[in-house]
Amino acid sequence: MDEWGVAMTLLLQEILNGIVVGSIYSLVALGLTLVYGVMEIPNFAHGHLYMLGAYIAFFLLTSAHFSYWPALLGAVVVLVVVGLLVERLVFNPLRKAPQVNAMIASVGVMLFLEALAQAIWGPNYLQMPTPYGNVLHIGALSVTQQQLLVVVAAIVMMVLLNLFLKRTMIGAAIEAVAQHREGALLVGIPSGRIAMLTFAIASGLAALAAVLVTPINLLFPAMGTMVIMKAFVIIVLGGMGSIPGAILGGYILALAESIGGAYISTNYQDLIAFAVLVLILSIRPAGLFARRA
Amino acid sequence: MLNVEGLTKQFGGLKAVDDVSFHVEPNTITAIIGPNGAGKSTLFNLIAGALPPTAGRIEFEGRDVTHAPAHEMARLGIARTFQTTHLFEEDTVLDNVIIGHRLRTRSGLWDAVVRSRRHRAEERECRERAYEALRFVGIESLADMPVRLISQEAKKRAAIALGLATQPKLLLLDEIAGGLNPEETQRVMGLIRKLVEHGYTVCFVEHKMHMVMSLADRIIVLHHGRKIAEGTPDEVRRNPDVIEAYLGGAAHAAGE
Amino acid sequence: MKPQVWRRAGVSLLLVLGLALPLVVSNGYYQQVIVLAYIWAIATYGMNIILGYTGLLSLGQAGFFGVGAYTAALLMLKLNWNFWPALLAALVVSLVLGYLVAIVSLRTRGHYFAIFTMAVGVILNLVIDRWNGLTNGEVGLVGVPGPGSIGPVSLDSDLGKYYVVYVFLVVAVWIAWSLRHSLPGRALLAIRNSEDLAEAIGTPVMRFKRLAFVLSTAFAGVAGALFAGYMGYLGPDVTSINMTFNMLLYLLIGGIGSIAGPLLGALIVSFLTQFLQIFQDYQMLIFGPVLVLLIIFFPGGLASVPRLIRRRRARDHAAAVAMAEAAAIEGSGSAKEGA
Repeated sequence: MDEWGVAMTLLLQEILNGIVVGSIYSLVALGLTLVYGVMEIPNFAHGHLYMLGAYIAFFLLTSAHFSYWPALLGAVVVLVVVGLLVERLVFNPLRKAPQVNAMIASVGVMLFLEALAQAIWGPNYLQMPTPYGNVLHIGALSVTQQQLLVVVAAIVMMVLLNLFLKRTMIGAAIEAVAQHREGALLVGIPSGRIAMLTFAIASGLAALAAVLVTPINLLFPAMGTMVIMKAFVIIVLGGMGSIPGAILGGYILALAESIGGAYISTNYQDLIAFAVLVLILSIRPAGLFARRA
Repeated sequence: MLNVEGLTKQFGGLKAVDDVSFHVEPNTITAIIGPNGAGKSTLFNLIAGALPPTAGRIEFEGRDVTHAPAHEMARLGIARTFQTTHLFEEDTVLDNVIIGHRLRTRSGLWDAVVRSRRHRAEERECRERAYEALRFVGIESLADMPVRLISQEAKKRAAIALGLATQPKLLLLDEIAGGLNPEETQRVMGLIRKLVEHGYTVCFVEHKMHMVMSLADRIIVLHHGRKIAEGTPDEVRRNPDVIEAYLGGAAHAAGE
Repeated sequence: MKPQVWRRAGVSLLLVLGLALPLVVSNGYYQQVIVLAYIWAIATYGMNIILGYTGLLSLGQAGFFGVGAYTAALLMLKLNWNFWPALLAALVVSLVLGYLVAIVSLRTRGHYFAIFTMAVGVILNLVIDRWNGLTNGEVGLVGVPGPGSIGPVSLDSDLGKYYVVYVFLVVAVWIAWSLRHSLPGRALLAIRNSEDLAEAIGTPVMRFKRLAFVLSTAFAGVAGALFAGYMGYLGPDVTSINMTFNMLLYLLIGGIGSIAGPLLGALIVSFLTQFLQIFQDYQMLIFGPVLVLLIIFFPGGLASVPRLIRRRRARDHAAAVAMAEAAAIEGSGSAKEGA
């Protein structure tokens, strides 16, 4: 292969990696943006729900000897329940309190979940088993089955979510509230139920993303911290409450990171997201796609 | 005293205030009325500097203040109250009102930390102004009560006292009688008359027609952001456009 | 007159207690727990100014703590500066950086402000963690000098360091107290209560928010420099967002917006963590839910307990208030009727 070919292959490989990571970012950011749109809470614990999902699946796989798909389903179900509990016990009582209070409460939930994971599973890095570890070769590119699975499953989920939001009554209500808060009054579905359902969906998506990606990465109690902070960058990028914005933003950020990391410095790869955020908010204090006042 | 010319505020495609002109004479009471969504509150926000106008000009005492921010307008002598009083419920009435006179002081952080003579003098000054204002609105005896314990009427009076503590010339009162019963409304009307007797100028937005008709020297009627009438209560009462706006608006709302 | 005398006596007693504490608690380990609690309390006083007084959740505090700590440590280690000029430089750097961040971040509102400052904190943490050439990365800096000596009195002993930090704590509390009871401080509280009303009564909101933000970063920076000088070593972990969350915990437990809150919270949390040794790794299993319960049921924290008691009594007086009110307004009303 000539020099140009090598460079091309490297670039394509980075783009592929970016798409894999972007699928995960998008799923996490989708949940975060839905919760923000419907309840106006920036849920700092969202990344830790993601982390908990991964640990639940790990437990089901290793201790309960589930196979991969039942474990994934089990983790999603458990996290839906956890999400509902968090909404009812923590955020619902704070609906009328100042904004700052709900943010602080979500920090409390986050600290608790991290300590919980550490108490049960220890502080060390763990490897999640997967039946899809084989490497496939497409030309000069290499990709694991798990990576492909991440991309395909993420896209399927996004399509399903979209159908749910567009085709069902309650889905339409959620989207209406998320994107234009006042519109919700017209639909006539109790806002309490919308909040619960939104939280359930968001937590389920987070668990799904985590179980998909963790076999590629590693499992540790603080794994949610960086993910949540990047998800915030994404939804600011894509407009808080915007569903297409979260999907697009997820892929854009991941591509920027993998390409930037390859060509600039892997050491500062994580910095890219936050530098982008600071830059965007410096120029447009209300975000890229500010809703009209 | 206040001169408004061709004032316009556009939100997206909607003109909330559309080419409104009027002026306010010193020591008078001007009422701004109109059906819901006529742009009354937006007009107040423009005059008070809380919103920048899209077009037009505002003059206060001969000075162009079109682009002055709200805190500058307060310094120039315009005080306002809000529909909901915005007072800090947990603090006492006095603590809420003391801050009103801060804009006439000069102490900074350093004065506070070293407890400078200036700072102590100015704190005393603020306290005295606050008591004076509370006395004027008739709730001096409530000074040490937490705001959350006092009645709606007393809160409205405290809000006016806070405005008075800034030493204004013009007061903008946004639905000051909102949420008050007829008896309380009567008493607040008395307070507004007292303000004018003591040399203040008052401009207010109100829905209660009997209050508007018996208090105002001049009335400005807004509809869909435009000024459709202006004059004395008698003139406005007989104006066919005004009758049409109120009745038409009601008919329109019923039709929806 | 009487309550003032009592308050003065109380404050004097506390000051003397603080002076005598290291003589009573001779155990070096507990002394260290106390001094570290003081240092984090100083940073938390900064957070109280921006969050408690002004109502803005700034999540970059640990980053500024790190800026102060690394500025001081690097000046001492690389340029052989003395502790005191290095501390001053840490103050100046965190002030200037704080001002620059304030200009940009305060243009954002509400949640965006929290997210923006979080990003600033993460950036500061990542730079300190990754810039091996300057900060020695994850390994950190060792051999950071202490405050040295003033004349014949050495401040590098445990006792000397305790008093140095103690003096800074007292100054921090003094600034927090005078600000809280001053006109500029009242302006901050007015902003927390309602920005619209604050503007309308002539408060240049942006200028005061900047003042609060810069003060909070300066407190954090000085606390960081004290930390570097006290511990003698320094790693990037003190700049992580978890440290910001710790400060939040101190503030919420002690009492947000109160004068005693930051110190009370830092001491209580530090000692609980020490005494419940088993919980050390899992302390957040308890403090996480505590944070949630406090914010839901008890947002004023411990410092609000006396007020809550007073409040219960006040409720009994509500009827009396109503009567006083009726008389007052009625009286002024009749005066006006005549006019």
